[in-house]
Amino acid sequence: MKPGHGEVLLAEGDTAVREQEEHLIEEFRRQLDEGMWAAVPTTNAGSGRREAQMVKAYGEIPEGADRVIFFPRASGG
Amino acid sequence: MLLALLALALIALVLATPMIVREAGRRRARRQAAKAARGGFDLPMYDPGRERRAEQRARELLRSCVNAEEWAMYRDLGFIRVGGKHARRDADHSGGGPAYAYLVYAHKPIVAYVPGSGQLLSEYCVEFPDMTGSGGRHRLPASDDVLAKWMALTSDEDRVIRRANMHLVGRQLDPARVRRDLWRLAEWERRRQRRREAPSRKQSARPSARESSTGSE
Repeated sequence: MKPGHGEVLLAEGDTAVREQEEHLIEEFRRQLDEGMWAAVPTTNAGSGRREAQMVKAYGEIPEGADRVIFFPRASGG
Repeated sequence: MLLALLALALIALVLATPMIVREAGRRRARRQAAKAARGGFDLPMYDPGRERRAEQRARELLRSCVNAEEWAMYRDLGFIRVGGKHARRDADHSGGGPAYAYLVYAHKPIVAYVPGSGQLLSEYCVEFPDMTGSGGRHRLPASDDVLAKWMALTSDEDRVIRRANMHLVGRQLDPARVRRDLWRLAEWERRRQRRREAPSRKQSARPSARESSTGSE
């Protein structure tokens, strides 16, 4: 999510393909270095409710996640 | 004779001066416009549809992330309710629901309240500022702002609440308006409940009708 623009596709690829995964990792790190927060929309296994899971490293992305959403970190308004 | 001609030329020049100045101004303006069109200035062109398109994309993204009830709530009422995760004791959970919940508005503070009593607790002012340093003070489209708050609250409630500026309700939001929104939410849920029950009532009514018809035969 980019202020003034909304949703912008940063990178896409197949994690099974090494080159593409490296590109995804690079973009992931770049976004976190820029100070963005990363979250993956998931479904709670217990309640069945939709929720988000914050990820701070590429390895924390849940298996089978189809996307990671980056958004500016929250600050007091 | 020569003197008369000179005097006439001078008068003509004086009379023509305003026209010459006006024409020079026009040419200067035309040159500047052409320079701007060629990209002489580094100002981005204003696109009036950009924000609308961004909001449409944001709505689709929000819809794909939250559940059907939350999406319908946002579409119909303009805000989303997110349950709080903490409770001091089990008794705080009213009717199996959360002890407290948040109303998430776009570009407005998050409001915490008690679902059971409707008591308003506090408002949390949060924003998601532009981190790119591109200058200008852009903000997220409305639906992206709601989604960012939803993601932050459902994933790491403590962190977002720590970062927010907390105030009593009334600093930015009108408490009467929030109470009205809670009433609208309750009405909205009642209507949905009735709609959910209606088909099941119809289904349960059908066999009995058949039974009565077979009974009359």
